[in-house]
Amino acid sequence: MKTPFAITLDAGSSLLNKTGSWRTERPVYLDRLPPCNHACPAGENIQQWLYLTEEGRYAEAWRQIMDDNPFPAVMGRVCYHPCEVSCNRGQLDEAVGINAVERFLGDQALINEWQMEAGAPTGKRVMVVGAGPGGLAAAYHLRRMGHEVTVYDASPQAGGMVRYGIPKYRMPREKLRAEVARIEQMGADLQLNTRIDDVIAARDEGKFDAVFLSIGAQLPKRVDIKVNGELPVLDAAIVLRNTELEEPTGLRGQVVVYGGGNTAIDVARSAVRLGAKSATVVVFEAREHMPAHEFEVKEAREEGVELICLRAIREVNGNQVTLEKLVPSEGRWPQPTGQFETITADVVVQALGQNVQTDLVDTISGIKVAEGAVQVGTDMQTGCPGVFAGGDMIPSERTVTTSIGHGKKAARNIDAYLRGITYDAAEQHELVTFDMLNTWYYSDAPRTVRPMLSVMRRQSGFAEIVGNIDQDNATFEARRCMSCGNCFECDNCYGVCPDNAVNKLGPGMRFKFKYDYCKGCGLCVSECPCGAIKMTPEEI
Amino acid sequence: MPQIPESHQKVRFYQTGTLTVGNRLLDAEHRSVQGTMDRSNSLDSGHRACQGCGEALGARFAIDAAMRATNNQLIAANATGCLEVFTTPYPETAWSIPWIHSLFGNAAAVGAGIAAALKAKGREDVRVIAQGGDGGTTDIGFGCLSGMFDRNDDVLYICYNNEAYMNTGVQRSSATPGGARTATTMPVGKDPGNAFNTGKSVPLIAMAHLIPYVATASVHDLHDLEHKVTKAMGIHGARYIELFVPCPLGWGSKPSDTVKISRLAVECGLYPLIEAEHGELTGVTKIRRQVPVGEYLKLQRRFAHVLKPANAHQLEQLQAIANRNIKKFSLIDEQGGQE
Ligand SMILES: Cc1cc2nc3c(=O)[nH]c(=O)nc-3n(C[C@H](O)[C@H](O)[C@H](O)COP(=O)(O)OP(=O)(O)OC[C@H]3O[C@@H](n4cnc5c(N)ncnc54)[C@H](O)[C@@H]3O)c2cc1C
Ligand SMILES: Cc1ncc(C[n+]2csc(CCOP(=O)(O)OP(=O)(O)O)c2C)c(N)n1
Ligand code: SF4
Ligand code: SF4
Ligand code: SF4
Ligand SMILES: [Mg+2]
Repeated sequence: MKTPFAITLDAGSSLLNKTGSWRTERPVYLDRLPPCNHACPAGENIQQWLYLTEEGRYAEAWRQIMDDNPFPAVMGRVCYHPCEVSCNRGQLDEAVGINAVERFLGDQALINEWQMEAGAPTGKRVMVVGAGPGGLAAAYHLRRMGHEVTVYDASPQAGGMVRYGIPKYRMPREKLRAEVARIEQMGADLQLNTRIDDVIAARDEGKFDAVFLSIGAQLPKRVDIKVNGELPVLDAAIVLRNTELEEPTGLRGQVVVYGGGNTAIDVARSAVRLGAKSATVVVFEAREHMPAHEFEVKEAREEGVELICLRAIREVNGNQVTLEKLVPSEGRWPQPTGQFETITADVVVQALGQNVQTDLVDTISGIKVAEGAVQVGTDMQTGCPGVFAGGDMIPSERTVTTSIGHGKKAARNIDAYLRGITYDAAEQHELVTFDMLNTWYYSDAPRTVRPMLSVMRRQSGFAEIVGNIDQDNATFEARRCMSCGNCFECDNCYGVCPDNAVNKLGPGMRFKFKYDYCKGCGLCVSECPCGAIKMTPEEI
Repeated sequence: MPQIPESHQKVRFYQTGTLTVGNRLLDAEHRSVQGTMDRSNSLDSGHRACQGCGEALGARFAIDAAMRATNNQLIAANATGCLEVFTTPYPETAWSIPWIHSLFGNAAAVGAGIAAALKAKGREDVRVIAQGGDGGTTDIGFGCLSGMFDRNDDVLYICYNNEAYMNTGVQRSSATPGGARTATTMPVGKDPGNAFNTGKSVPLIAMAHLIPYVATASVHDLHDLEHKVTKAMGIHGARYIELFVPCPLGWGSKPSDTVKISRLAVECGLYPLIEAEHGELTGVTKIRRQVPVGEYLKLQRRFAHVLKPANAHQLEQLQAIANRNIKKFSLIDEQGGQE
């Protein structure tokens, strides 16, 4: 080898020097579980559909929701969005407006008539009792898996409490109808006006291979109120059902509603819309402990609903309602004081919740009922093999989304049951907490506020009160998402490595470490905005 | 003074704007050189810098940007120091550009000579960078540097400021901040560490030479850094850029904190990011989320004594320096931060 004067070695590249041997810890890419996904009762992959929305890929984003939840347009209106409560961005400025984006996508699907397809036929038949969100979600997922499904419901229309409980001004019926129709188009057979009284007989008669029960909680709870006189005392569930059926509701004059939950608020707000002179909600709990959601209480008050907290209705004399004052206590419930006052009423509505009509299951051998709810295993199966249950009838949060989550989980387990296998849920990734993020990198961006109908128009009819956000705002809101725990290709790791030990694989392909050279400094982990890299000890 | 540097495109709808290295939602023209798959990797893998070395990072950032700006027609002269030692242990080199090692103190002169030679050969397309550490720049190389400025030689000089002589074991330089521990300014006595009211600001001295372009930049703000290097390469004559490059070894910091420390140095006001043309200040990078200097100091063992109650006066002195910078360079808008 000929080298110039005074040079004894050929020049070589530093690439010969494998600095990877210095390392005691190695960075690895991983997908962590974002808290929004974790909190969604229907198990939606929110981070992923926001990611797609950011790029304007609305149809793909919608399909991503549909993998878990067949009701995006309903969700975007009635879901209490626990995802937003746990959204990491809430600790930076304000939570991402996940629910508003979901509604935008749900409505886009209805406008563009996006449709999902049924799976290849399996020849198995499933009977679903109850066309509420739980039953319909199960039917949808079972159709996607290719099973034949018949859904029976005693009511004239599908939707369960979403139709006969939740008032129109929060849940316009045409959206619900359209999302139900999509499930029917997938081949689910809906048998309305059909009450099932004997589940096993119906199953055998219809030659069904499995059953999913989601009959909800329909029986109004009541407390005994001594009534001297003629003052009507009604039940919230019935009042709301009649509102839906456009039957006389009995809401008139000075309406007093008893209860502190969302149902009480819904009745009071319906009364305002039906032209009642006043609507007063008598609440057992202190204001801050009311079970109703804060935003609903706020909206109700804007519409003129009055609240009287820490009161119990004791008796009714003529049109005078006697209230006993209560005081908060250390224990769970406020305590009576022996001090009374009266208010005037033309009608009292009890809104104290509903019980499950358990006589339907009493005849099925093996099913256990405890504390008024049907007991199921982690596979959603009751004590009777092949009979599964979910929604409000089992111990649960009693929300639309929880019921939908039950429907999905039940469908997966029914599918496994029909195939003679057991369903193993994929192992969950570790949760991303706020301290795993490097929030320096996120642009400051305030949350988009959804338009609201004016109070005047709210008081005079059942028009939907919360407006849609437009496409720009939906995209903007999606882009506020920090993509917790899931790489969004920001190139930071590729950029900040002092050793050029990260390979960029190209759009959509993510990155790869060159472990031959990575010294294990951990800069990529520190500077990854979303916590999608972690250091793990090197085996030495 | 422009309120928003051109390097920071304010794209309201884009998740991270231009704060991250790349952003899949931005147009290609707003992405950084470092975010591209075909960046030149002028300083490649296999070099022997410590884990998390800010100097190694800053050098790739700066030279890749200069390569892009000059269509890869670039020669660099490099003073003795870590950047030279860790990249070129004979016979290996981590540089993928034409590169020459000068002496410790004469990188500016060697750069000037290369520029003169290229001019004589009529190769105006080839551009020259001279670079070195703060010791090689502010101390021993200072005469050559001032001469290069004085003659307005067509060279961009990049100083990698890690605030001491790192390669020989962390001795004090005239860029070492007050209070900092080095091997020659030990934390003993009632004013431990480096003496306050000593040292010099070479960026301000460079401005006093009225050269076409002077800037400071930091490894935490890549878009700003690339913007400044690109701008400098678009100008002929003597140019000076000082990069703030944390040194985990010399500063006693975690290798994984290098970028964070740079960020905090700028956000607390101790290291202002400025631009000047022909002696006039033309731009400052505003502080986005101001922090007290303690947040910056506490990540570095060289300042550990400053945070002890007995030395509260030193902490106050450092905060006073930061406050003075914030005022002098208007680093914070009346209404608040940058956004
Ligand atoms: C006024 C009100 C407002 C609410 N607001 C919200 C809200 O905003 N957000 C939210 O998340 N949740 C809300 N909820 C709760 C939510 O509506 C329920 O948790 C959810 O609808 C339960 O779904 P499900 O499928 O279990 O039962 P349901 O929705 O109750 O559906 C059960 C269905 O089964 C049918 N059925 C019952 N027995 C039989 C039988 N023997 N044969 C055939 N069919 C039968 C019923 O007709 C009904 O259609 C509200 C509830 C009420 C009452
Ligand atoms: C004339 C001369 N004196 C001293 C040295 C020894 N020496 C080599 S590198 C160095 C320190 C370099 O410090 P700096 O320029 O700040 O670069 P850093 O290593 O910190 O990046 C010294 C003193 C030398 N090479 N030449
Ligand atoms: S920032 Fe995005 S990924 Fe993170 S919790 Fe919120 S919605 Fe989910
Ligand atoms: S730093 Fe950016 S590109 Fe790298 S893993 Fe994290 S999100 Fe993905
Ligand atoms: S001593 Fe400092 S400057 Fe030198 S290689 Fe190590 S970290 Fe980099
Ligand atoms: Mg130095």
